[in-house]
Amino acid sequence: MKNEMTLAFDSISENEGFARVAVAAFVTQLNPTLEEVADIRTAVSEAVTNAIIHGYPDGVHTVVVRALLNDETVELWVTDEGVGMEDVKQAMEPLYTSRPELERSGMGFMFMEAFMDQVEVRSSPGAGTTVYMKKQIRQSHVQQEG
Amino acid sequence: MERMEVRGSRLVVSLPSELDHHYTEEIRTEVDRRVSSQPIDEVEFDFTRTVFMDSAGIGMLIGRYKVMKALNGRILLSHMNGQIRRILSLSGIQRYIQLEEEAV
Repeated sequence: MKNEMTLAFDSISENEGFARVAVAAFVTQLNPTLEEVADIRTAVSEAVTNAIIHGYPDGVHTVVVRALLNDETVELWVTDEGVGMEDVKQAMEPLYTSRPELERSGMGFMFMEAFMDQVEVRSSPGAGTTVYMKKQIRQSHVQQEG
Repeated sequence: MERMEVRGSRLVVSLPSELDHHYTEEIRTEVDRRVSSQPIDEVEFDFTRTVFMDSAGIGMLIGRYKVMKALNGRILLSHMNGQIRRILSLSGIQRYIQLEEEAV
């Protein structure tokens, strides 16, 4: 089974919840467990929040989330065309944050990496950032309990 | 929306169903305003209604831990479901913050 969708929305914090719910609803087609859905919701939330806060620190612009389902695999791309990053490696270090005044915990990428099988970040200053994430839905086609 | 209630010297914060960056800003402003203007030495974050939390929630909790520590007080967390416990556990925050409610 193959299915793809793309969402484009304003970079306002209200849309963090919208993006989570929309992606979670889309991936239910693969019959994931509740835990797998929770993992994906958290990873989407982290990537979209980063795009809104860090990608577009000034003004409202567009965040794009693309999701591709392929057999038992979910692939996600969260893209902004914002400020981008010079040093992706530093940004992905646990507890690192560029915005301590916002009480960012520096755990966003740590959660994405914990909950997804693969996380890759492509970014360049002035051009924006894409976070790519992949997860295998292992429980696919198995009837869920309850 | 979150609700807050003072019981003795404890401020009880009833958290929203989805604790993400959209809600943390407002909660932090209101908690900090209350603990700086009232004789409060404990802040309880009640997760009864909460089904989702991400790293923004962790950041807010660590921030309040620091605020209360500076006031010689503490924070505690109560009524977390399995998913919230999973996020808390992954964050390592339980080394600093008490995870269970105590009766006032």
